[in-house]
Amino acid sequence: MDWPFLAQTAGELLRGVPLTIKLAVTALCTGLVLAAGITALAHNRLPPLRWFARLYVGLFQGTPLLVQIFVIYYGLGQIEVLRASFLWPFLGQAYWCAILALSLNTSAFGAEIMRGAIAAVPLNEIEAARAMGMSGLLLQRRIIWPQALRYGLANYGNEAILLLKATSLASVITLMDVTGIAYRLVSRTYRSEEILTIAGCIYLALAFVIVACVHLLERLLRPHHRV
Amino acid sequence: MTTPLLTLVGFGPDGWGKLLVAAASLTLVAALCSFMVGSLLGTAGAAMKLSSIAPLRWVGGIYTTVFRGIPEILVVYLFYFGGSLALTHLMHLAGFPGFFSLPSFVIGVLAIGLLSGAYQTEAYRSAYLRLNPGQIEAGKACGMTQPVLLWRIIVPQTLRFALPALGNIWQSVLKETALLSIIGLVELLRQSTIAAGATREPLLFYGAAAVLYLIMGQMTGIGVRSFEKHLSRGWER
Repeated sequence: MDWPFLAQTAGELLRGVPLTIKLAVTALCTGLVLAAGITALAHNRLPPLRWFARLYVGLFQGTPLLVQIFVIYYGLGQIEVLRASFLWPFLGQAYWCAILALSLNTSAFGAEIMRGAIAAVPLNEIEAARAMGMSGLLLQRRIIWPQALRYGLANYGNEAILLLKATSLASVITLMDVTGIAYRLVSRTYRSEEILTIAGCIYLALAFVIVACVHLLERLLRPHHRV
Repeated sequence: MTTPLLTLVGFGPDGWGKLLVAAASLTLVAALCSFMVGSLLGTAGAAMKLSSIAPLRWVGGIYTTVFRGIPEILVVYLFYFGGSLALTHLMHLAGFPGFFSLPSFVIGVLAIGLLSGAYQTEAYRSAYLRLNPGQIEAGKACGMTQPVLLWRIIVPQTLRFALPALGNIWQSVLKETALLSIIGLVELLRQSTIAAGATREPLLFYGAAAVLYLIMGQMTGIGVRSFEKHLSRGWER
């Protein structure tokens, strides 16, 4: 074991952690908002809006994230209108392209989770609430959302871990996150086993943090189940 | 812009259509091989996680935790960089000097297979746990030996229970093969990149790749669902 090398490698890889976290957290937050919007569309009374939601989910779930990243990073620059617009300072940068691709991708999976969580709310409870005269937003706010949140949380935690792993693809479009730095180190030193193992451990540690956060949230959301 | 866009993705002499379809079939083959490697590893992993021997359970647990927790791309890199080094080392030990490298197809299939094996382990394990233990006891009481029991009682039902999860895993394997474009395998995404570079039409070709991935996913999804129906024909009402 070459301890000095391992320590030095770990130090360099850890410098990529802030970018990895930034990518994951930003995409998680925007993805959450987008997913809520898509879920609202999926439950809308107008069929075209429902179709749009299904198409959106199918499109982003059915194609590889790497393809989505490439379409956004290399493809969008071809559209003249976009190049001239105020969005270009953002879309011309790899960082914002990665954020956009990750957010869109995770929002499709998030919308599916939300749909499933809402479907899991027992129908008789909704009927009971209706019988009590609740409707519309009050029904959503008091009966559906709180329960759907509990049902969906574990699945959303899994999605957050998948998203954390997905941020590694940002390294393909030149971002220096943990994976990007690992790749650079490997091509410089050819000591792939050590470097990639340490990088893997960093991701595992971050995933465990997510798991711990989800457990904490679950405890907070189920006060009546606490022992 | 001299050639119209549709000609570029078409099947004419100026079109990239044929190459794209050929690359898509390579994607499909790579995904199938990876899935099969994964199902072998998944079966072994599930057997380990269900074993009565604690160290085997730990190995199974570590396998599923690690390979579901680290990014796929790291595993692909590990196999890509490490695979050739390990092979060269082995060949030197066996007395063959020089540098040896594995074809990127083999590396990719092994890497994606190992990853999907971790997910398949969970699919098989939870399917096995859904089996009615009374049926296994009944089989034993009828004098079935272990292989007969496995073949007649355990495998058909485990497969039926696991199939929806396996269908999802197949879809993600199909998408994960896109990572093999990074290690130089000319599958669908790599071919699209080449075409995009040659024609300076990235939007068109990456869009075409996305459509082909969608078609492959939908087609195989239909196949999986009809197989699901076939396996559960005894339980239909």
